[in-house]
Amino acid sequence: MAKVTLKGLSHSYLKTQSSDADWAIRGVDIDWNDGGAYALLGPSGCGKTTLLNIISGLITPTKGDILFDDKVISGLNPVERNIAQIFQFPVIYDTMTVYDNLAFPLRNRKIPEEEIKVKVHEIAEMLELSSTLNNRASGLTADGKQKISLGRGLVRSDVNAIMFDEPLTVIDPHLKWILRSKLKELHQKINRTMIYVTHDQTEALTFADQVVVMHEGQIVQTGTPVDLFEKPKHTFVGYFIGSPGMNVLPCQIKGNDVIVNGKKIETHQEIKKNNFNKTEVGVRPEFISFSNEGIPVKVLSVSNTGRHKIVDTESETGKIKIIAKSNEDIPSGSGFLKFKKEYTYTYGDSWIIE
Amino acid sequence: MNKTVNQKAWFFVIPVFVLVAFNAIIPLMTVVNYAFQETFGNNVFMWEGTRWFKQIMLSERFHASLGRQFLFTFIILFIQIPLGIAIALTMPKEGIGVPVCLVLMSMPLLIPWNVVGAMWNIFALPDIGFLGHSLNALGFDYNFTQQIGDAWFTTILMDVWHWTSLVVLLSYAGLRSIQPAYYQAAEIDGASRWAIFTKIELPKMKKVLTIAILLRFMDSFMIYTEPFVLTGGGPGNATAFLSIDLVKMALGQFDLGPAAAMSLIYFFIVLLVCWVFYTLMMRNEEKS
Repeated sequence: MAKVTLKGLSHSYLKTQSSDADWAIRGVDIDWNDGGAYALLGPSGCGKTTLLNIISGLITPTKGDILFDDKVISGLNPVERNIAQIFQFPVIYDTMTVYDNLAFPLRNRKIPEEEIKVKVHEIAEMLELSSTLNNRASGLTADGKQKISLGRGLVRSDVNAIMFDEPLTVIDPHLKWILRSKLKELHQKINRTMIYVTHDQTEALTFADQVVVMHEGQIVQTGTPVDLFEKPKHTFVGYFIGSPGMNVLPCQIKGNDVIVNGKKIETHQEIKKNNFNKTEVGVRPEFISFSNEGIPVKVLSVSNTGRHKIVDTESETGKIKIIAKSNEDIPSGSGFLKFKKEYTYTYGDSWIIE
Repeated sequence: MNKTVNQKAWFFVIPVFVLVAFNAIIPLMTVVNYAFQETFGNNVFMWEGTRWFKQIMLSERFHASLGRQFLFTFIILFIQIPLGIAIALTMPKEGIGVPVCLVLMSMPLLIPWNVVGAMWNIFALPDIGFLGHSLNALGFDYNFTQQIGDAWFTTILMDVWHWTSLVVLLSYAGLRSIQPAYYQAAEIDGASRWAIFTKIELPKMKKVLTIAILLRFMDSFMIYTEPFVLTGGGPGNATAFLSIDLVKMALGQFDLGPAAAMSLIYFFIVLLVCWVFYTLMMRNEEKS
């Protein structure tokens, strides 16, 4: 178990780099506490898997340092780092039984057979694999195989961190729930640092205490699921998290006033500086309601999801989505929108203005 | 739902049926016809029943060539399969080396079989051939046209040169299809290089290796052209494998009946070995 620290980490798959786009990840600083559950969230190609492989030692970063418990371990290989990693596709050793699969990492480390037996049975019990221990691993279903991959990470009691690289991709939706809660439960039981990479916001938000959102190789925000939802620090976090995502509208800043579609609106922050190329206002659909005055819009369509209604409207400078209660009356034709001040933020060049 | 019944669709099968009839069924039936009869030409046939089959099954000549055939096939499989895997493992995985290696590997496979035989014949000639001359210059008493051991050595070397590439290419394809995650997981699990080979690479190559062994078994068991050009089955009958012996009997001695019976027995041996081997491999697959 260990605290994981990343300092000024950058990595490029190219030999020479000329622009920001040449870097798979750039300038990443992270502090993860011992025993925490963390998620790296971002769309495909944002660099999250690269980052994970750097931590596990499968990739050597171009720049920066990795520290476990404040000791630099950048030069060590995966075995020396003593980490476990679970991959997107279940990796099992086809010819071996479930038992041998789970025992494999321990046997490679020359641990006495009696000790292995105890450990394997303990982990199998935890993962509900006990009844299949003597079966050939290749005969199991995808989720069973993924449990074996997971089990191979868990059998070593001294691992510094367990990493998951989108481990539920190949699992059936109804089993995803079960495995996910299993993971959460395991985390509480064994209390090891777990790092979970995913592009699925539900997975990240339900698994982790702290979520790191990545976008184009950079960390755009780190925070609890509530932080990410209520106060996105970057417009990307706004529309990547939430369903539907945050509404982002162009705005003008004049003095201390924020103006959208010619109307002055109130936002959470006080505007102190205004030296941006692009200024925008962001507000989640949950925090918009119809009113007698405000921003004029045309109502385009209403879809009822059962729990609530999603209303598509069009303003002068772009579409706005609204989530309304399912019993709420939606004006037809046109109406006015009011944004909740506490949850309306102004963004300068995509970053929140503070 | 009502499906339209239209048996006319069977007519579409006719072209294939005719084609298969001409290239497989009719020639095979001709052989079957010869195998049960005696002929002196002029389309005169006499019924002989299973006489030719009994004769072949009891003939020492057949036993000898069958023995030589199995020995040859086992030796080349024993060399080519491990050697092919070993070469595939050492081949580069990316960069300019990949196409270079692949082209170099494919070369022997592209050479016509009788050219391979002729090439090796000249290459191995004890007086003027590079291999033969060099071996003799180094003090070995080498003459593949007269000494049985040398004839076998040369034939096997030629086959290894000609066909190992096939095993290499198949193994390489099998190796390349292994997801990188397997190697990464093994690295994290602390597996040794040998464990990676036996626990990941070999099991993942199982299917292509089954194909490689089957192909090499069939091809080597039916080998004709190359040893025919290289040694002509000699010295004596030392390298007269089944096909060479069969052709001698059919065209040399014009014993059409026994030759036809031998063809069928030969055919059934190949079929039987392939079937047994394939079933064993696939049954293993189902169990897992």
